[in-house]
Amino acid sequence: MPPIPGSGLAKGLAVTLRTMTKKTVTAQYPDTQPELPPRSRGVIGLFEENCTVCMLCARECPDWCIYIDSHKETVPPAAPGGRERSRNVLDRFAIDFSLCMYCGICIEVCPFDALFWSPEFEYAETDIHELTHERDKLREWMWTVPEPPALDPGAEEPKEIAAARKTADKLAAQQAPQAPQSEEGGTP
Amino acid sequence: MNDVSDVALRLAIVFVVFLVAPLLVGQTEHKVMAHMQGRLGPMYAGGFHGWAQLVADGVKFAQKEDVVPAAADRRVFQLAPAVALLPYLLVLVAIPVGPGDGAVGQVVDAGIFFVLAVMGIGVLGSLMAGWASANKFSLLGGLRTAAQLLSYELPMLLAAASVAMAAGTVSLTGILDAFAWWWLPWQIVGALVFFVAGLAELQRPPFDMPVADSEIIFGAYTEYTGLRFALFLLAEYAGIVILCALTTVLFLGGWHGPFGADGLGWLWTLLKTALLAFVVIWLRVSYPRLREDQLQKLAWTTLVPLALAQIALTGIVKVAIN
Repeated sequence: MPPIPGSGLAKGLAVTLRTMTKKTVTAQYPDTQPELPPRSRGVIGLFEENCTVCMLCARECPDWCIYIDSHKETVPPAAPGGRERSRNVLDRFAIDFSLCMYCGICIEVCPFDALFWSPEFEYAETDIHELTHERDKLREWMWTVPEPPALDPGAEEPKEIAAARKTADKLAAQQAPQAPQSEEGGTP
Repeated sequence: MNDVSDVALRLAIVFVVFLVAPLLVGQTEHKVMAHMQGRLGPMYAGGFHGWAQLVADGVKFAQKEDVVPAAADRRVFQLAPAVALLPYLLVLVAIPVGPGDGAVGQVVDAGIFFVLAVMGIGVLGSLMAGWASANKFSLLGGLRTAAQLLSYELPMLLAAASVAMAAGTVSLTGILDAFAWWWLPWQIVGALVFFVAGLAELQRPPFDMPVADSEIIFGAYTEYTGLRFALFLLAEYAGIVILCALTTVLFLGGWHGPFGADGLGWLWTLLKTALLAFVVIWLRVSYPRLREDQLQKLAWTTLVPLALAQIALTGIVKVAIN
């Protein structure tokens, strides 16, 4: 059966009328904050206690937007008669967000988990030079980093927890036979 | 003295309606169009759901520089927006809102003649703008306007003639006095033809070939800025109000309604006009622009024969009744 003439026109009118009765999809951003998906790449936060100034992030950065300055300090020997150790102390850690392309390689490559993705995104500036953010700003952003999303049910245990549990189990196994014999043999 | 104050009051009311009604239609278009597209539309101007958006637009237009192109025909170019806008004001004077002499600006005996003739002048503004701008896009827009006016004025007049035949008068109030409910199915084809042809004459989407912005920038209005451009826009929305009011008066029975005949008639007229204005917006959102040849084809092969058939039907029924 051929379609009734004008049925397409009526269908078009119906579509627009139906859309009018539905809820709009507009997000009123400055009034209401957007709901960002987990692992949103907003800005990079620095947890400087974990940073050893190994420079891996600065060297892996594809557009060289990470600036690191440091100096060496000597640490007195831990035990008497020992050797003095030297340690790198962080002087400056800055990321130029006008160059950063949010690839996240620095975060991937950091061996000591000092860099993190923060979902913070409202850091526009009026001058491009002000987009180079120093360590204090990066540290502020560190506190906006959300805890990682929970694992899927039935997922493999994280490696850190698995390793810790293994050690704990070993300790417990060693202590169990010793405990009744002597009170002082607590540490192996 | 009493006469003077009466005339002044009527003119003032007509003028206020002329300024406010198009803005109401425009704001409704902003919101209805937005929601039909899943958006919110203006939300900030004025605080509550952007009610003052068009006021803000008006202020913006007033601040802009009024540019006249060097090669333009200066006088004609500057006059065109007024020619486009003023006819609608004149038409509004003659449209009856409620029964009696109190609810119409001025009773015109040859109402249909007056209204349709003056409405035709409005299109002249676009022609003037298209010719005087010294711009090829404007000229193309002007030519398309002319072609559209030629093809759609005919079915519009024929459809209006059908109503005049049915009522036996060309006075708008006379037509409404003669109206009965069964005119609605009797004249429905004429009503559709009149409304569609009117839309085309206003160059509203889907008949906005003369201002097709993706092809010829903005047609005849390409070179206009500031207040003169705003006047053209205002003319478009005033045209919507006039077309809807005319369709209401000629085909939908104006102040006649199922109830509330005494005293509340004007409310029926306004309600029907508002409903038609919504339909105008609805059509704009729903349909893509017609191509130039489709536009001509619709007028000559569909609307004109339909209007002629309506006249024949009107004549037959009229003779049968008598």
